[in-house]
Amino acid sequence: MFENISLAFQGIWGHKMRSFLTMLGIIIGIAAIITIVSTIKGTNDQIKESLIGSGTNAVTVQLYQDNYAYTISNWNPAPEGVLPVSEETKEKLQALDNVVSVSLYCSRRVDSYDGDVCYGNKSYSGEIYGVDEHYFDAAGYRLRNGRGFLAEDFDSFRKVAIVDEGTVTRLFGGADPVGQILEIKNEPFTVVGVVSESTKSDYAIETYRDYTMYAQNTGGRVFIPLADWPIAYAFDEPQTVILKAASTDDMTAIGQQAEDILTDSQITTNQGSFSYKSDDLMGQAAQLQEFSNATNNQLLWIAGISLLVGGIGVMNIMLVTVTERTREIGLKKAIGARKRRILWQFLTEAAALTSIGGILGVAAGLGLSRFIASAMGTPSAVSYPAIAVAVLFSMLIGVVFGMIPAVKAANLNPIDALRRE
Amino acid sequence: MLLEMKDICKDYPQGREVVKILKDVNLTIGEGDYLAIMGPSGSGKTTLMNIIGCLDVPTSGSYSLNGEDISRASENHLADVRNSTLGFVFQSFYLLPKLSARDNVALPLLYAGVKKRERSRRAEKALEMVGLGDRVDFMPNQLSGGQQQRVAIARAMINEPKILLADEPTGALDSTSGHQVMDLFDQLNAAGTTIVLITHEPAVGQRAKRVRRILDGRLMAEGEGGVGDAW
Repeated sequence: MFENISLAFQGIWGHKMRSFLTMLGIIIGIAAIITIVSTIKGTNDQIKESLIGSGTNAVTVQLYQDNYAYTISNWNPAPEGVLPVSEETKEKLQALDNVVSVSLYCSRRVDSYDGDVCYGNKSYSGEIYGVDEHYFDAAGYRLRNGRGFLAEDFDSFRKVAIVDEGTVTRLFGGADPVGQILEIKNEPFTVVGVVSESTKSDYAIETYRDYTMYAQNTGGRVFIPLADWPIAYAFDEPQTVILKAASTDDMTAIGQQAEDILTDSQITTNQGSFSYKSDDLMGQAAQLQEFSNATNNQLLWIAGISLLVGGIGVMNIMLVTVTERTREIGLKKAIGARKRRILWQFLTEAAALTSIGGILGVAAGLGLSRFIASAMGTPSAVSYPAIAVAVLFSMLIGVVFGMIPAVKAANLNPIDALRRE
Repeated sequence: MLLEMKDICKDYPQGREVVKILKDVNLTIGEGDYLAIMGPSGSGKTTLMNIIGCLDVPTSGSYSLNGEDISRASENHLADVRNSTLGFVFQSFYLLPKLSARDNVALPLLYAGVKKRERSRRAEKALEMVGLGDRVDFMPNQLSGGQQQRVAIARAMINEPKILLADEPTGALDSTSGHQVMDLFDQLNAAGTTIVLITHEPAVGQRAKRVRRILDGRLMAEGEGGVGDAW
């Protein structure tokens, strides 16, 4: 076996130009496949990362009207017949399997012409949240400056606020806001801290929904204790629920159960077709991944055809090689080489040829995908299983397409083979 | 007897007709024999050589080699017999151009399953025996015709075969080289190797102990046809 491999490499090295041209079909085919697979993997990783973030495992369940998330603002007041979340319901949610914590918050969209939130003579445009003690942890925020909300803030209805970095830029002109006074519905709130999203990633905007999410995210947020919410707004506004799951895989199931509980218990009206829906991020990611896989799988088939063409090229050259080496085969048989040995010699040579082609193809594919990624800004990630499969598959191509030439060689009659000059 | 052929016939289909290449050939060769088979082209001498060399099987008749009937042996068994019992020397050497003299000589040992180190050692010894001990690493194209044929003889002898078969071994050589090769055959025969030689050159045939002539597929009795006749 080892003899065959070293002989095969001698043969390939002895005809460098021809071997390279023969491999070219395999190199191009494998390079195309590796490029496509790298792009698929890069896209999937990016989708997962940008939608799910890294490990907060938070499922948001919020009020929907038909298929749109219901955003409360002065123009779009809290709907009639939708109750705030009761303690009893909250306990039910906490009792669900694999739920780590449950957090509630109220939110509204405010515009500068409302004058709801002001700093000095500047009116703020963005979102205002009334949050509980679990919120920052569950939603994936990190304290940047100052302090977070304390138990006393909630218990004694302290008028304190926390702002995010978007608000620092827009409302405070980038200056440190801690200790400054915000006027919220004409009540003074002291800014005590600055937070930022710890799992913030730049996402690719592909849909209108992505765009609105992105626009909202960058619009700035002001947080006050949920206990203070009635000071600024009504105390019976419906809340949004954030459930923290034990693992990413539990997110979809928890989201669906929470949807049912909240829809059943909080919505008392048939008017306006309201319901609670979860941001099924896992489901969305899977859908997007499926979509990108479906388009790319077709590309894989096309690349597969180029491998087929490459394999036929290898068969062609191997047939030429067998004809050229008829005398060598005849002599080897005359001095005692069995059929099987000749068969293996040519199969090994074909497989070595295509394996080298496969390895070169992988290298070319990795280089190409990196080049495309940097030139066009598309994501790309190395898939090691794909590399292993590509090299093994190219070896298999050599065995399959080398079979006919190898059988032809093994079946040569030594007398005829030696006579041919 | 080392080799015994009885009523060997070989037919080849040619179009609708069947051409009889060999007709009732009877031949016996003993240990240490040195036989030359002579005949004009088309007489069937190469076909006879192929059957002796287990490269071809007879249409009818029986052939036993080294005490074993091999006229109906399998392809794989014939390959093993060629490897262990026979050594071949051809008119145009048939050295593999990409292998050194040593690796060419060692090739039959590879098929016999000998380990690499042992193969090299024995190949070098065989090359020394044919007077090329200083050329083991030369490639065939760096050797003269006579030297190449001596490498081929070393390859034929490496497995210590019972019979050395030579098909026109001097046909592609000048007379000096040809003489050297024939001298080598004499030495090998003197050392006990049985040799069967095919030639149409009377000068070469005369160096054998016995000469059998073949004409139109019939092997003539010893002495028949006369040594030295020109065809």
